[in-house]
Amino acid sequence: MSCCLPPPEFIEAAAGPIRRGPSDDEIRLASRDLGKGMRQIDLSVPAVHCGGCIQTIEKALNALEGVESARVNLSTKRVAIRWPEGRALPPMVETLVGLGYEPHLYETEDSQKDRTLPGLIRALAVAAFASMNIMMLSGSVWSGADGATRDILHWICAGLTLPALLYSGRVFYRSAWNAISHGRTNMDVPITIGIALAFALSLYDTIHSGQEVYYDATVSLIFFLLIGRTLDHVMRERARTAVKGLAKLAPRGALVLGDNGAPEYLPLREIMPGMTILLAAGERVPVDAVVLSGASDLDRSLISGESLPVAAEAGTRLEAGVLNLTGPLTISAEAGEQDSTLAQMVRLMEVAESGRNRYRRIADRAAELYSPIVHLAAFVAFLGWMAFNGDLHNAVTVAIAVLIITCPCALGLAVPMVQVVAARRLFDAGIMVKDGSALERLAEVDSVVFDKTGTLTLGSPQLLDLGDIAPETLAQAAALAAHSRHPYSRAITRAGAGLGAMPGFTTISELPGFGVEALLGDDRYRLGRADWALSDAEGAGGTVLSRNGMELARFAFADGLRAGAHSAVSALREAGLAVEIVSGDTSAAVADVAIELHIADSAGGVLPGGKADRIAALRVEGRKVLMVGDGLNDAPALMAAHVSMAPSSAVDVGRSAADFVFLHDDLSAVPLALAVARDAGRLVRQNFALSALYNAIALPIAIAGYVNPFIAAIAMSLSSIVVVLNALRLGWGGYRFYRWPLHQAVAVRP
Amino acid sequence: MSDFFYLIPISIVLGAIGLVVFLWTLRDGQYDDLDGAAERILYEDDEPRRDQQKNNS
Repeated sequence: MSCCLPPPEFIEAAAGPIRRGPSDDEIRLASRDLGKGMRQIDLSVPAVHCGGCIQTIEKALNALEGVESARVNLSTKRVAIRWPEGRALPPMVETLVGLGYEPHLYETEDSQKDRTLPGLIRALAVAAFASMNIMMLSGSVWSGADGATRDILHWICAGLTLPALLYSGRVFYRSAWNAISHGRTNMDVPITIGIALAFALSLYDTIHSGQEVYYDATVSLIFFLLIGRTLDHVMRERARTAVKGLAKLAPRGALVLGDNGAPEYLPLREIMPGMTILLAAGERVPVDAVVLSGASDLDRSLISGESLPVAAEAGTRLEAGVLNLTGPLTISAEAGEQDSTLAQMVRLMEVAESGRNRYRRIADRAAELYSPIVHLAAFVAFLGWMAFNGDLHNAVTVAIAVLIITCPCALGLAVPMVQVVAARRLFDAGIMVKDGSALERLAEVDSVVFDKTGTLTLGSPQLLDLGDIAPETLAQAAALAAHSRHPYSRAITRAGAGLGAMPGFTTISELPGFGVEALLGDDRYRLGRADWALSDAEGAGGTVLSRNGMELARFAFADGLRAGAHSAVSALREAGLAVEIVSGDTSAAVADVAIELHIADSAGGVLPGGKADRIAALRVEGRKVLMVGDGLNDAPALMAAHVSMAPSSAVDVGRSAADFVFLHDDLSAVPLALAVARDAGRLVRQNFALSALYNAIALPIAIAGYVNPFIAAIAMSLSSIVVVLNALRLGWGGYRFYRWPLHQAVAVRP
Repeated sequence: MSDFFYLIPISIVLGAIGLVVFLWTLRDGQYDDLDGAAERILYEDDEPRRDQQKNNS
């Protein structure tokens, strides 16, 4: 196939400078048709953080030729760009990169706007409107309206209740019907029965000019419970969009050489085994493949956990997702998308997930205990009053009062309110939570399993021993290294940052697999492999900077620990957790890190399936495991664990498998999340105790028949407010299990 | 006694108008970017949005 050379302009593109951000082809694939000849792309721009960013981006993009409109959304950190179809794509990615806001594409399949939330808020608005007006009118009834005036007020209340009952209440009816049709019962069953009966009885009393009606109780029940539902939903959605906005690591497609030699950009699912793909430097391998020609270095840290880059030449096998670092490669696909490493990993994850016990949320478990008691109490009250005085109307009234007063809104708010506050605290510290059950599960954890590469360590090499290298030499090396994407070069660039003026190198070129070469005056400088850079190197290894073949400096690298790794591990141990490392890297490398962090249990050279098996073995022992990992090889283990965490640098499969994603490099996110989850669990239990106390007081009064609508409404609102206030206490006095300087966490937000 | 009965429909209608306006703002997407709205007010930029200028949508 090597005879089929691509057209010249393409060779230039493939070999040219490394491009950041999605390519034009990817943008075209990901954009959607708005009709009227317009197309829109939504790009995730994580670096946007203030009003100034909005102005900069919108001004620059709107000034571009061919851009119809550009609008930044600061909450979701996205920019929506529209342009007319059929013309050349405006250089929006280049513009954004030039401004310093690197754009990413995110999943399009499920990026449709969330439809549930607006629906919930509409229902909430209607319920709020109805409940407030009814409260106002009830006020006049309570203050002594009677006769015809009271009847008219009751009729108006009935009219106002209808929209809330029919429109806002649907959320509960649907969920209750779901539970009943599956032969289960949940919290929504007594709610639905209570609402329906209360309305029916109130209507009956209104028609017969009765004294007491329960419209206000009915509607405020719907209102308060809807607040709980909405909060629950908002939290889940927010974390989901935040995680989705991170860089997508698997490419959407690849440049395929057709039979006639012309390159064509094909979406991933159309790539068949045997196709020839051109892979530019800086791109990820789309499907499992083998190298046909070219030389480069590969970063496999996210796939297999190997911390050091490996060289690629003709014949090297590549797994999907491996990052091509330095030179363009021509590769031949060996598998389609379905059979690639990535898809196999997804299957492993499904197996792992099926092994995990289904976790049932605290609120569901509470409801399971609670709703039979409520039904029984109401039924007993009804029978008791029938036996006592045989007054059907009175008995029904008491039964409804019991149903309504023992379905306290407090119980519906007890869990979501705490979890929303906890998620907010974590969000401020750069930790995203997938959903509330993750917080509950994290609070139960008793052991932690860490991946090594990319989790305990940074996953990229750091320069060692700066001491014996002169600053000017380092500055020269950094100036050369800035032209390469190789992890070693980046480490040198980082180390040399801020050392002053750049030497005036000319004719800089990178030789994939070897290093960077440049001229300074008449001297030839080389930065790269020793046997290439030095003229008299016999078998010398390592990385050097040389001038005309003479060694100037030698660089040594090691994978550095993440910031906070020491303190995080010791904090976890102090919290009473067992810590261990399971890694795919070599046993020696793993043992080094384990010794440095004083971790006794470590295992190296573990295959992806082996990691999940280790988690399963711990589970059989009765442990509840927190898995922290970032690589593709960790994904099955993340799925298998009781709860899981991943850094934001993780592969997207890992990020979507994990329950928590932390955005900062600092590993102290792990103990912080644990502390918040445990404190949140404590507050949830307190809230349950408060609601139980409320019930213990209210239930006898309701059964005795002393509850009137006024008391019901006041008690309901009060208990809800108490629960909300209790939830807001989270994190006020620091966390019980971990002292975290929260102001620092806020300060490091970008 | 019957005087205040005029006030009840008025108050309910006013409340209903508020509800409808809220639902309209929700549909119009005014709550899509609350953080952004808080920042945008700090920048003097009296031109209407470009997409609204052209499409009037």
